Amino acid sequence: MRSLFRYLLRNYAFVLFILLETLALAMVFNYNSFQRAKYLNSANFLSGNVFSMYNSVAGYFGLQRDNRELAEENARLRMLLENQGYTVPVNDSLDLAVQQGDSLIRFTTAQVINNSVNSAFNYITLNKGSKHGIRPDQGIISAKGIVGVVGQVSESYAMGLSVLNRRWSISAKLKNNGYYGSLMWPGTDYRFARLSEIPLHVDIAPGDTVITSGYSSVFPEGILVGTISDFTRPDGENYYSINVLLSVDFKSLSHVEVVEIMDKQEINELENIMER
Amino acid sequence: MGTLLKYGIMFVALVLVQVLIFNQVHLGGYINPFIYILFIMLLPVYTPRYLLLFAGFFLGLAIDVFSNTLGMHAAATVFIAYIRPFVIRSISNREEDRHEFPGLKQNSFSWFLYYAIIMVFSHHIIFFYLEFFTFTHFLTTLLRVVLSSLFSVFIIVLSQFLIFRE
Repeated sequence: MRSLFRYLLRNYAFVLFILLETLALAMVFNYNSFQRAKYLNSANFLSGNVFSMYNSVAGYFGLQRDNRELAEENARLRMLLENQGYTVPVNDSLDLAVQQGDSLIRFTTAQVINNSVNSAFNYITLNKGSKHGIRPDQGIISAKGIVGVVGQVSESYAMGLSVLNRRWSISAKLKNNGYYGSLMWPGTDYRFARLSEIPLHVDIAPGDTVITSGYSSVFPEGILVGTISDFTRPDGENYYSINVLLSVDFKSLSHVEVVEIMDKQEINELENIMER
Repeated sequence: MGTLLKYGIMFVALVLVQVLIFNQVHLGGYINPFIYILFIMLLPVYTPRYLLLFAGFFLGLAIDVFSNTLGMHAAATVFIAYIRPFVIRSISNREEDRHEFPGLKQNSFSWFLYYAIIMVFSHHIIFFYLEFFTFTHFLTTLLRVVLSSLFSVFIIVLSQFLIFRE
């Protein structure tokens, strides 16, 4: 016994190394349970503040592009409104509620204060949190298309999984014929994602538009995802392997909107009943 | 007290430089330099090993919290903190080679270059394989490791000329 202690004492560095390494690896592999311990991600008070301070300076460098994108989106939305024969309501609130079909959808604007594209699991940090009504599992979109989903929320910051994250997939469909499949990022190029489960008998062509299907209660139906860039028919399979060029440029994200579907809870409860 | 403050400032500065600048570098989607391990590299040679290991762990954890990679950086930095004494011993073949500080100023250029290459490459190989955790992209990941290591070593050596001169 004593010689064991003496051995451990002499090699304490090795023992400590094994302990710390085990702790670190436990964090990696129990990722999801550690994520619930919410102080260890970029939405916490300290890192949120650091990113937000940094962004308040660095944000100026992208202002010209931001303004152009916002103006373009304004023009597009105004055109939609005029063509549908609405009168534009005067509203100075940033929170807009839109009645789509029969579920009420609310958009909250937010700013991206941190973002990555070159890891296998990419995350974005937003400068709005639970006090602005943001909760986990709400969708994140930008003027150009879908961006991600909210994962963790602190009081004034939120951490979201971007489309470029292999931990989740999106229910997407082809705009012109309605066939749907699941969209996932294969982890290589930040501009492309892969759409699977589209059966071989469907006619597709490069350039076809891919939009959200609205089956997941994260995103409303019809938000732009991207366009088909190329596809193959793998041998022995009934489904295409489709490369989708994402419409959002993840390298230049600045302003996004968080989507809240008001009926979500009701939908989820209903689905849970059906699954039982 | 003076040294503690000096290394404390270095810790904070390197974490900030890493998460605010080098984490935003996306060259070709392959290169992601990690220069913060300079902190582990520059601690005095006779730092107690437990201190080295704890410094490695908390440095890695700080980077992890900012980049949502919980545990991955910590695992890689603890590993290089553990192997550091062996690395220093194996590349300093003569007794007079050993200096109290493993910086570029105190040692020869080729010594520091060897040191940086071994430490950076060990760190990157653990981090990137842990991140992808699959060997299906074995070669792509290896390419990322090699390219990022080259870039990190370049920045680390350059920083020795520019900032850490005193």
